[in-house]
Amino acid sequence: MNIIVCIKQVPETTEVKINPETNTLIREGIKSIINPFDMYAIEEAVRIKEKYGAKTTVITMGPPQAEEALREAIAMGIDEAILITDRSLAGSDTWATSYTLSKAILKLGSFDIILCGKQASDGDTAQVGPGISAHLDIPQVTYVKKIKEITEKSCFVERMTEEGYEVILVSLPCLFTVVKEINEPRLPSLRGLLKAKQTNILKWSAKDLNLDETKIGLKGSPTQVIKIFTPPSRCGGVIFKGETEEVVEKLFSVLKKEIP
Amino acid sequence: MDYLLTDEQKLLQELCRKIAEEKIAPVAKELDEKEEFPWQIIKILAQSDLFGIFIPQQYGGLLNLPEGKNIGGVLDLCIATEELSRACGGIAVCYAASALGTFPIILYGNKEQKERYLPDLAKGGKLAAFAITEPEAGSDASSIKTTAVKKDGYYVLNGIKHFITNGGEADIYVVIAMTDKTKGPRGASAFIVEKGTTGFNFGKKEEKLGIRASVTRELIFDNCKVPEKNLLGKEGLGFIITMKTFDVSRPGVAAQAVGIAQGALDLALKYAKERQQFGKSISSFQGIQWMLADMATQVEAARALVYAVARMIDNGNTSVSKESAMAKLFASDVAMRVTTDAVQIFGGYGYMRDYPIEKYMRDAKITQIYEGTNQIQRNIIFLQLIKELAK
Repeated sequence: MNIIVCIKQVPETTEVKINPETNTLIREGIKSIINPFDMYAIEEAVRIKEKYGAKTTVITMGPPQAEEALREAIAMGIDEAILITDRSLAGSDTWATSYTLSKAILKLGSFDIILCGKQASDGDTAQVGPGISAHLDIPQVTYVKKIKEITEKSCFVERMTEEGYEVILVSLPCLFTVVKEINEPRLPSLRGLLKAKQTNILKWSAKDLNLDETKIGLKGSPTQVIKIFTPPSRCGGVIFKGETEEVVEKLFSVLKKEIP
Repeated sequence: MDYLLTDEQKLLQELCRKIAEEKIAPVAKELDEKEEFPWQIIKILAQSDLFGIFIPQQYGGLLNLPEGKNIGGVLDLCIATEELSRACGGIAVCYAASALGTFPIILYGNKEQKERYLPDLAKGGKLAAFAITEPEAGSDASSIKTTAVKKDGYYVLNGIKHFITNGGEADIYVVIAMTDKTKGPRGASAFIVEKGTTGFNFGKKEEKLGIRASVTRELIFDNCKVPEKNLLGKEGLGFIITMKTFDVSRPGVAAQAVGIAQGALDLALKYAKERQQFGKSISSFQGIQWMLADMATQVEAARALVYAVARMIDNGNTSVSKESAMAKLFASDVAMRVTTDAVQIFGGYGYMRDYPIEKYMRDAKITQIYEGTNQIQRNIIFLQLIKELAK
């Protein structure tokens, strides 16, 4: 069985600051980590390997320093890592990114399960996973909270919904995006860390993947970000105190002023 | 201070720090209060390969031991124990005590014994323990009463061991018993005894001042038949095996002390900066500043001594009794002083169990007592001094 995990390196912060002039994230001085949701995907891949036996490969698209994220995945037990890095890919939106990742997956050859985190903590779109499955034309199950059983041709999974969960039987190959309920990611092992230090990370460029230039990078992205900004924080409310009649009077007079 | 650690040792240090901060610190208080053995943490340590760092690769560990050497990875073990102890001295000792139980097998086990026991211990699937202390034989180890009588391919063990760290939780025990009482200390032998052996039972679990997440139990041997092949080394080597084991394990206790002291110092420094009295942070008072400066200096000196001794052992030095005793003596006294001062800096809050600092002081005390009281360490040091003078 071949399992592929797609991960993203993100800034370690929940309060992303934005440069209002360039409409890009301010990354200076912020440590990079593996997107927290992708940690669950990595852990699940390693668990499937331990239970059923499988070859696990992790892929990321990003700048050269994203190599660190791949090494961390290897330290957790992933077998091989591929970094797709090319200046021409900069500015890719979710569509261009999922196109690029799908081409890399095809280049790898056969695969049974593709795992992704449900969304990235910086962009929060939750589109890249489903995008990959669309480009590859394979089934997808999003928000997977449990992989119950894998057989030769299919897989039983539980998918989180707001009210409960669905039990789904899906044919392989397929793509899952996973939620944090699925497992608890392990810390790396010492053997894993030593292996990660020595592992050769495969690097692929746009050329290596024979990418269609009109479908990649900022130019090939159907989504163009016009403006990005931090919404102003909400100001506190006002509490009127006193007798009910007085208070109601006050409230109405304020509302009348506010609403023309 | 730069201790010129290898890249691998730095990785190990970083990993252990992560485990301590993310996994141990959040549960330390609860396990201490419940006196609950930290199996969930032991599993994490096992999964992270920490039980294999001092066990040779040929027996399933990570240690790359050069030909001709029989021990190594002691500095690695010290680094790991220190980092884990920063978060909890009690949880760390469950780990270090397994190393103490494993060392005699590494040092004196034959190939068959090593192949049989070390791979499981390296994986952390099983824990080890070392048992010499008896109710009547503490510092005077030579007065142990547990006997082992050879009969029909077995040694039959009778007697009681007490204060045994990991007792009841460990699967593999190295037990010292008298095979020939007439020979005094030269009549003791060491045996590997597996949990579950008929006639091997556990007595009461002790209620302790500190290191309460660790377990300390009585071992009871009642006509316990141990196969002859489980004798370590030869008959009569029991005390030599004990002394040589302590020589390589004492830096581990010393490292535990350094970790506890460092953990207390970290908390005291942070608290001194935050705590406001007389309109300013108490860290702006020279009295507090000097206390913290002294604490930091003592911790660093202890660490330097511990690492130096661990390196001596890893480099193949076999006569390290004096240095090893010095490291244990000095580091544990430092831990007691530093944790007491840390509680002082916390003032009234420091005395309260709502704050984490009093636990460090309770945990530190045992490092002055176990694996030889500090008075016994001084005996060992002086004995060596006088021997060196006579040379």
